[in-house]
Amino acid sequence: MLSYLKSSLVATVWFVFLSFPFMVVKVNTLKNSVEWRWLNLLWVAIGAFFLSALWRWAMERRHRGGASGESAHADTPKLTLGERILNDRKIYRPLLAVLTAVILLFPFVFDSYQVSIMLLALIFVVLGLGLNITVGLAGLLDLGYVAFFAVGAYSYGLLSFYYDVGFWTALPIGGLVGALFGILLGFPILRLRGDYLAIVTLGFGLIAKIVLENWEEVTNGAKGIANIGRPGLFGLQMDIATTTIYTYYLMIVLVLFTIFVTNRIKDSRIGRAWMALREDEIACVAMGVDMARTKLSAYAFGAFWAGLVGVIFAARNTYINPNSFTFMESAIVLSIVVLGGMGSIVGVIIAALVLILLPEYLRAFADYRMLIFGAVMVLMMIFRPQGLISNVRKTYGPRRSAPEVNRD
Amino acid sequence: MTDQAEKLLEVRELTMDFGGLRAVDSITLDVSKGEIVALIGPNGAGKTTFFNCVTGIYTPTRGDIILNPPGEKSRRINGLKPNRVTTLGMARTFQNIRLFQNMTVLENVMIGRHCRTSTSIIGAVLRTARSRAQERETIDRSYDLLDQVGLLPFADAFAKNLSYGGQRRLEIARAMATEPFLLLLDEPAAGMNPQETRELDSLIMQIRNAGEIAILLIEHDMKLVMNISDRIYVMEYGKKIAHGTPQQIRANPKVIEAYLGEESDA
Amino acid sequence: MEYENFLGYFVSGLTRGSIYALIALGYTMVYGIIQLINFAHGEIYMIGAFVALIVSGVLTIYGFSGVSILVLAGLIAIIYAAAYGYTLERIAYRPLRSAPRLSPLISAIGMSLFLQNYVLLAQTPDFLRFPQLIPEIALLQPYAHVVGSAELVILITSALSMIALTLLIKYAKIGKAMRATQQDMIMARLVGIDVDRVISVTFIIGSILAAIGGILVGSYIGQINFYIGFMAGVKAFTAAVLGGIGNIPGAVLGGLVLGLAESLAAGYISSAYEDVFAFGVLVLILILRPSGLLGKAIKPKV
Repeated sequence: MLSYLKSSLVATVWFVFLSFPFMVVKVNTLKNSVEWRWLNLLWVAIGAFFLSALWRWAMERRHRGGASGESAHADTPKLTLGERILNDRKIYRPLLAVLTAVILLFPFVFDSYQVSIMLLALIFVVLGLGLNITVGLAGLLDLGYVAFFAVGAYSYGLLSFYYDVGFWTALPIGGLVGALFGILLGFPILRLRGDYLAIVTLGFGLIAKIVLENWEEVTNGAKGIANIGRPGLFGLQMDIATTTIYTYYLMIVLVLFTIFVTNRIKDSRIGRAWMALREDEIACVAMGVDMARTKLSAYAFGAFWAGLVGVIFAARNTYINPNSFTFMESAIVLSIVVLGGMGSIVGVIIAALVLILLPEYLRAFADYRMLIFGAVMVLMMIFRPQGLISNVRKTYGPRRSAPEVNRD
Repeated sequence: MTDQAEKLLEVRELTMDFGGLRAVDSITLDVSKGEIVALIGPNGAGKTTFFNCVTGIYTPTRGDIILNPPGEKSRRINGLKPNRVTTLGMARTFQNIRLFQNMTVLENVMIGRHCRTSTSIIGAVLRTARSRAQERETIDRSYDLLDQVGLLPFADAFAKNLSYGGQRRLEIARAMATEPFLLLLDEPAAGMNPQETRELDSLIMQIRNAGEIAILLIEHDMKLVMNISDRIYVMEYGKKIAHGTPQQIRANPKVIEAYLGEESDA
Repeated sequence: MEYENFLGYFVSGLTRGSIYALIALGYTMVYGIIQLINFAHGEIYMIGAFVALIVSGVLTIYGFSGVSILVLAGLIAIIYAAAYGYTLERIAYRPLRSAPRLSPLISAIGMSLFLQNYVLLAQTPDFLRFPQLIPEIALLQPYAHVVGSAELVILITSALSMIALTLLIKYAKIGKAMRATQQDMIMARLVGIDVDRVISVTFIIGSILAAIGGILVGSYIGQINFYIGFMAGVKAFTAAVLGGIGNIPGAVLGGLVLGLAESLAAGYISSAYEDVFAFGVLVLILILRPSGLLGKAIKPKV
């Protein structure tokens, strides 16, 4: 107890020192005046005192957990509450029913603004699922994923602006163009190792935005493209509220479609090859898996979803400009994947809904959103690297047609 | 001429340089159908580098590596990508175990089936009859292989949770899943206890006898090597210093000096 | 005129490049030892610049002037950057020493977001005017269109810092320990090197260099905000990769190449696309030489 107190006091002094120029001093260089915010010092001190104690306690627990986990529970990892709920059908089924009801009835209970926010959250669900393929399954870190989202959005924006192409034609085109860019950008970086990959993909993401901003003749630069059509339904005239609701249901269908497709691929020959690539590239290749094809397919398939929802994003906003496609969006999607538990579909969905909806509904929280995102990313990596819901591996059922002779 | 036709792998004058260092120095070696051939030598003799050259992980500086798949045209495979080499029918295991740690034991073997199946993204999404049949076949064959190496009870465990000996056997099963006609084993008995080594001994014999698969292995366990090998090549400092049957090798003074002498010291 | 234009671009490219090099050294040193991309390194640079601005602001108000401001602000900024760098490693990276590669990288991205927003919330999202800490050198007046005093000071300071770093790594005891740890961490620990301390010192040295870069850029450009670390960090990391990450002379060379490429491209082609050129150079070099200009090609250990 005394050692806790001592280390907490040391931490308090240290963090008060660290935060002093930022939290206490505020200089106005124009008016040549300085404001001393001494009260902040108190908050920092109190916060640092308790948080450092909490930190130390958690670290000790982590060490103990790590040690016992190695020996006793090697094959039966402790399940979290979330996993227990997901594993138990008695809880899981009604929960699913309630969730379905909430999602389906949502537009009838809430106004068009709320529906629009929910729509955005669903867009990020698909983005998360898409990036989950590249990062979570194939282990290829992509810090410029937003580029494919932009490619999809601009595909629709430009097609609608120049050729008056409608939403339904643009939707598959957006996805395919996204996939095409995935392959194009994948080629030069096939040979790169993980860390180089991070910086090059980050570069691609930034380049995409710069090009959109500066290629004014085509993209209209920073001013963006306006008057993009909302999704239509056999030429039916609908007011904005109805179209929003319609788009919302469309998005739900698309989310289900994404889950269906990614799930099937994950459990297929291709999904397994992606995971093997993530686990050990050399062994994977030595087992006869074509590295270039597997990597490119992971990039293309991940990018496909971003391109697809890019189109929906453009249709939802009816206006796009390069500012919607910054590194921050890439970072948000990446944190969705990380927090959700890499490779886990349910985890990604929950993380996307939480990360996008929370700041919208807790306005006070909105300012601190990125601060908390950052802190949570660090804490998750340290205390729960497997994410909210760890990816439970598929089993392949009992052995069939086993020759009895071989058994003893 | 008949002798020529039976050779599955012919390596001629293979040389591999790393900067100024010659890790493998004009090694000539061949493996014929149904044979178990051992490659031995002290640590750092260049055996694993030789494997890496043959399996396409490194491109050798000089020499020829010729693969003669049964019933197919022979081909020079220098610099061919590792996955192409494996697809042609030569599979390997790794000295420093390289399993897919966070995948299940069964899935590890299923990866070996990758190059023998062809389900595409479309096939996987639609679950066509063909892709379902392939998947079923992959699963069944993988279970069979796990049975063969005695890992069936652990099929759904993560590979990283297997015992050391279990991991080595899983490496063999995974390589077998690629349907090789020639299997390269890199120190399969390393770290095994005597009981496990004896089991491995019979496993290797069983693989050879059941599937007419030739085996080329690197091994330090002399008892195992002498027991199962038809022929032995000995390397030291990148060079081949001897070649012959186990009896010949046992009696070769050069080998005793370079290798077995060291062994008897221990 | 054409020649003087070129000379101007060249000098500004070198200036830019030496700043990139200063920051890149921090990336490369950390990477060399623990194979981690310290994504938050750019934020340390930003914090260095911010502390210098705050301290010099306060000092100006309390009547200090001239060189005393430069010295005090510089010193305090360096101390703070070192403290932040040290704390960053202790909190976000040390617990992840044995985790899979992706974990510390994501933790680093998290830290970067955290520090940016911490400064944004505690201070301001707006650009602040940075005091001109570097005095005008009268002697340079006639050549101002080619090389300004700030540029000259940046070039000299960065060169001196890099020489100091080289000497430190070559001759000081801690430098030897750093090299040993870089070669083989387990072996270094066995021969009695306190590896944790070596890593901490590496972060501190990298942070000091970044802070120097931050102060120089602040007074060169004349304004800073919470976001300057992101782009500078990305560019510096690009420079480190360009030169071969983990390689100290490589980081300097990479920084200079990148700075020159950007400056010349901005001067002769289009300034809007200068970042595109920077990354274009990176991608091109990585395709031709996947381990960078001076990096050794690493054969995968099988």
